[in-house]
Amino acid sequence: MFDILKKVLAPVGPSGLEEPVAAAIRAELEGCVDTIETDAMGNLFCIKQGKDPNGKKIMLSAHMDHIGFIVTGYEKEGFLRVTNVGGIGIDVSLTRHVVFPSGVEGVVVCEPVQGAKAMKNLFIDIGAESKEEAEKLVKLGDVAVYANDCFRLGENRVASPAMDDRCACALLVKLMQTIGETKDTVIALFSVQEEVGCRGAKVASFAKEPDVGIALDVTAWGDTPEVKIPAIKLGEGCAVKVMDRASISNPALRDELLACGEAAGVKTQREVLPFGGTDAGAMQTSRGGIPVCTISIPCRYVHSACEVIDMRDMDAALKLLTAYLKK
Amino acid sequence: MDLKFLTELNAPAGHEQALRRVLLEELKNYPGVTTSIDRMGNVVAVKTGKGAEPRKRVMLSAHMDEVGLIVTSVTEDGFLRVAPAGGVDPRVIISKRVTVGDDKVPGIIGAMAIHLQSAADRQRVLGYSDIYVDIGAKKKEEAEAKAPKGTYICFDTDYVEFGDGYVSAKALDDRVGIFNLLRVLEDDYDCDVICVFASQEETGCRGSKGAAFALKPDIGIVLEGTTCNDLGDVPETLQVCNTGAGVCVSFMDGSSIANRNLFRHTLEVAEKNGLTHHVKRSVSGGNDGGSMQRARGGIPVVVLSVPCRYIHSPSSVVKYSDVDSQLALTKALLKSI
Repeated sequence: MFDILKKVLAPVGPSGLEEPVAAAIRAELEGCVDTIETDAMGNLFCIKQGKDPNGKKIMLSAHMDHIGFIVTGYEKEGFLRVTNVGGIGIDVSLTRHVVFPSGVEGVVVCEPVQGAKAMKNLFIDIGAESKEEAEKLVKLGDVAVYANDCFRLGENRVASPAMDDRCACALLVKLMQTIGETKDTVIALFSVQEEVGCRGAKVASFAKEPDVGIALDVTAWGDTPEVKIPAIKLGEGCAVKVMDRASISNPALRDELLACGEAAGVKTQREVLPFGGTDAGAMQTSRGGIPVCTISIPCRYVHSACEVIDMRDMDAALKLLTAYLKK
Repeated sequence: MDLKFLTELNAPAGHEQALRRVLLEELKNYPGVTTSIDRMGNVVAVKTGKGAEPRKRVMLSAHMDEVGLIVTSVTEDGFLRVAPAGGVDPRVIISKRVTVGDDKVPGIIGAMAIHLQSAADRQRVLGYSDIYVDIGAKKKEEAEAKAPKGTYICFDTDYVEFGDGYVSAKALDDRVGIFNLLRVLEDDYDCDVICVFASQEETGCRGSKGAAFALKPDIGIVLEGTTCNDLGDVPETLQVCNTGAGVCVSFMDGSSIANRNLFRHTLEVAEKNGLTHHVKRSVSGGNDGGSMQRARGGIPVVVLSVPCRYIHSPSSVVKYSDVDSQLALTKALLKSI
């Protein structure tokens, strides 16, 4: 799974510009699924037909998009003014290495500020020496993301930007590659624009009318100094969400997934997140309503350039989901 | 039908009747255009394309409604307490003339006179709990008869042409778009053109949401008025767009990220046809693009805006050449589809 993870972490894919990520995933899944489709917003659907004609349609969603910095203007000295696409933390962004889809690289810098820093105080230094030079390299509306830098941390852990939510993309790729025949139809949705409000999953679930929706996403951590909420630990298994701000998981589906984890002999954690949301929120309120749950990969330092996960939790999620789809 | 006439009509969010009636009448004069009205009060005008089937269905949306106020209660002294219908900054409306209700009862937005304010009062920003609308009523019963709770209030502002081709009026957001939607329908296109004169944009894009669902377009184009902020003391990097620089194309705002292929295509069409245009430099605000993009299985959208100074105030300002520029790019874009 680490090899797949590295492949899907590499492409630059901010919210609204996910095509390179979709291309990498498509390359992995071509031949493993029955159909591959995209829609007007750029969602990628990889679908395996179930062998039971009366089977359900189960949609599993992992989002391809990554938070970023969108260019809103130029300084005459050649610096770029930017604002955030999705939830960018200012402190964790300072002097970070960023990259545009074109390959242009830059460093995020803050002007000297008394008191609280705001997005309007940030700029990106791309090495241009004039506004004209900057305009040639980067257009208004281009988006930069934290540059890819994936490395092992200890025996089981991996750090990288875009772990939210490419680790779940890798998990879903691996699941589709290994699942084999299933009774139910499995729709792997690699969604767009989750970070700006689960926009891709909303239209995808309308279009595909699934009977069950399961979001695969990262969740926050409570196992570093002075962090207590949520009660989630890395290496203690994947988390089965009870609730976050966007959805309350369907209790029957939640318990079924917990039971599948037990049957598969993997560790699971129950997750109650007092903030945040996943594609499950968008799926749940589609059409006449859909039972949803989220399987979360515990992730430290979410929305920074060093998001850390534990590969044992990825394996737990893979086994749990396999058990669920094979039931 | 000119911009002056359109801005002088009152169509606050949720009460667009006056404009709707005028549009339904006016659209009868457009050959080949089928007009209908839906249950959210959107006016939908469809012009079937000249191209061979299957034709693209292109939905253009401009919103009929303007920001205004709504009566929430009447005081014992006969003053109206109000809340905003849409985003209205209470700081920019004090002492302005308004009309109350469909009978256009004259009113003034009042606040405590400077003589009566304490030093602390003068440092404080007045909010909706401090201001009221004075319609000259003697007592509660008289005011309630003229303006029962739920009555809408609109700015009473003259349409003025001034300076180097500038226009000042109320409701330029989004009568400029309405004006251009009508002008779009004067031409023929290969694609099917579905013009939605939308209701309730200012209270959360409510009209276009239902319209986009019902009409199932392939592509969405939004004609808007957008905030401009091109004022002397604002650094260039914090300005949003500029009057006189032509129609403004958005890559992203608070409600949608433009479909990148459509965004690039729009800029290419503008360049190929030598049309004045510029790219919006802020991601603030939201519009019907958000509700259209996420209707049903998703629709590519792009937003074309007229830069508008002092937007959502009693006296907003646009440059007329930018209004024409929005029309030119919209027509060129439709002809390229």
